[in-house]
Amino acid sequence: MDQKIEDLLAFYSTKPNGLIPFYHKVQEELGYIPKEFIPQIASSFNLSQAEVYGVLTFYADFRTQPPGKNILRICRAEACQSNGCHKLIKKAKEALRIDFGQTSADGQVTLLPTFCFGNCANGPSVSLNGKLYGRVDVQKMEKLIASIQQCYA
Amino acid sequence: MHKLYISKDYSSVAVGADEVALVVEKEASSRSIPLSIIRTGSYGLYWLEPLVEVQLEGTKRVAYGPVKPEDVRPLFESGFLNGGDHPLFIGDVQEHPYLKRQKRLIFERMGRLEPLSLDAYVEMGGFRGLKNALEWGQNRVIDEVTKSGLRGRGGAGFPTGIKWKTTWLAPSSQKYIVCNADEGDSGTFSDRMVMEGDPFLLIEGMMIAGFAVGANKGYIYLRSEYPLAYEILNKAIDICKQKGYLGSKLFGTSFSFDLEVYLGAGAYICGEETALLDSLEGKRGMVRPRPPLPAVKGLWGQPTVINNVITLASVPWILSYGGDAYARFGVNRSKGTLPVQLSGNLKYPGLVEVPFGISLKELIYEFGGGTRTGKPLKAIQIGGPLGPYLPESLLDIPLDYEELSKIKGIVGHGGIVAFDDSVNLAHMAHYAMEFCAEESCGKCTPCRIGSTRGMELMEKIIWGKGSRKDLELLFELCDTMINASLCGLGGMTPFPVLSALRYFPEDFGYSKQDIVAFATTN
Repeated sequence: MDQKIEDLLAFYSTKPNGLIPFYHKVQEELGYIPKEFIPQIASSFNLSQAEVYGVLTFYADFRTQPPGKNILRICRAEACQSNGCHKLIKKAKEALRIDFGQTSADGQVTLLPTFCFGNCANGPSVSLNGKLYGRVDVQKMEKLIASIQQCYA
Repeated sequence: MHKLYISKDYSSVAVGADEVALVVEKEASSRSIPLSIIRTGSYGLYWLEPLVEVQLEGTKRVAYGPVKPEDVRPLFESGFLNGGDHPLFIGDVQEHPYLKRQKRLIFERMGRLEPLSLDAYVEMGGFRGLKNALEWGQNRVIDEVTKSGLRGRGGAGFPTGIKWKTTWLAPSSQKYIVCNADEGDSGTFSDRMVMEGDPFLLIEGMMIAGFAVGANKGYIYLRSEYPLAYEILNKAIDICKQKGYLGSKLFGTSFSFDLEVYLGAGAYICGEETALLDSLEGKRGMVRPRPPLPAVKGLWGQPTVINNVITLASVPWILSYGGDAYARFGVNRSKGTLPVQLSGNLKYPGLVEVPFGISLKELIYEFGGGTRTGKPLKAIQIGGPLGPYLPESLLDIPLDYEELSKIKGIVGHGGIVAFDDSVNLAHMAHYAMEFCAEESCGKCTPCRIGSTRGMELMEKIIWGKGSRKDLELLFELCDTMINASLCGLGGMTPFPVLSALRYFPEDFGYSKQDIVAFATTN
């Protein structure tokens, strides 16, 4: 644990509900939350290791492995389904040769499902590295994937 | 100096509002035309986003949309800054039938102002409700909210006045107001629009609630999928603190109120109020058995009002114009207006705030314009992913809590998703079970195990290997989930499944007769 994370831990462990905000901050810093931190987090928060591990794994946002350099999310909730998001999902999985929750072999892209961006009226929705795209069709999906691949070609 | 208005709302930006604003700026500067662009919230006429509004002489504004970056130069050439003619010309948005036919109480300012301008908010009637509340005192505030007939707009539709009264009467020196901003239902976005487009409205609503029940601390539990709302809310709270709208002994009274945004972490179940409380306490979002009600024993065991964004955002209007004025809108026990969110396969998806009582058909066809693909409408889902799938033949039903519940429908958060005839309802029913399996908090067995078994059964049926016994089992399983789950996730997941079976049995490979035998019991 480097100094910055130590400082965050010291700050958030004094709050009665600081664990989730602390995880958010660590993930912002490192891209993931290393499992090695668990004993130290537990002792700082005065919780059992099972409790802090339980919170870490309960929430879809938190991950214990570093993600790919790019994060591609596709909404697969009903409103986007009604506008054909399954075609986008198929395209992305084929092009990247990975399933949801996986990172491409070269470590460049992690593909994640999302259940609603609140962009239902302008769906189907896809986000790339936090930027949201609406009314995405297969051509636009191809362009997005190409734009990632160009970056590391 | 020309004045332009372009939405900064997350959904508008997703279809290029930022790019359009940038190109407009560049084009203007290359023509040496001085202009200022005001980034607003969205009116919710989403099929017209990015919408560019131009201020003409006086107060009149005219709009153009949907504008793509490549449309900007032709717009300049046709003199759009002075209202010039162009194929994208919409005219005065306020006069647009989509907006004009609505009754906007909560969304009255939406799209018209700069979300973070406190002055603009106050100028357009903001904080009048809070001012009245402080003058009238707690008793009358709760009385007005009760008279308004306002019911929780997040899901269950519980009367807000009763909820507030319970917390008010609960003896404790520490009480909380928690805003449930975990809008996770597919097809819903009205909370997001309020938080991004008129954040002071939510803050005012929470302050009124805090004053009414004697709470001095509020939390907005916000889902992490809304980064722009997070940014705007935090800025709005800072502005309120600086200008003396949040803090201790406000406006020379003894009322103090402090507000904080707490970010969720991608768990649908945290929209359920007791799971939300656990999550807000920094734990896993596990459902708590009720009683005790959160109104009596909520956050850290203290009396807590939990209301959804739209519920709280309805309160300032009620306190400005009185509970009776609000109750004049709507029908029966469904009072006031509901911001209905139209999405899915529709020509004109968007936000439609209307009084209760309007028929679903009117919403889908008069506002939504029918399917975007032009194919026949096959089904709508109302009330989120746990709401039923309804066929076209049922769409004469009015928007009304009780009327909808007669056909096992729910108002929920007011989202309606439309599907054309390319949808397979067996797949959607399978998806409902899959969603429940994915999002179950795991506390109770019917939801945790039932959803996985439901998925397996559905897979068998979809692959054409389901026997009559499997169908029987599926109905039994749904029955167990409905009656034995701890909360709405397990208890309502069967609704989309059973409605799909009832109205679209052919999608499962069954005939109407196959289903009829079970339909009477479920």
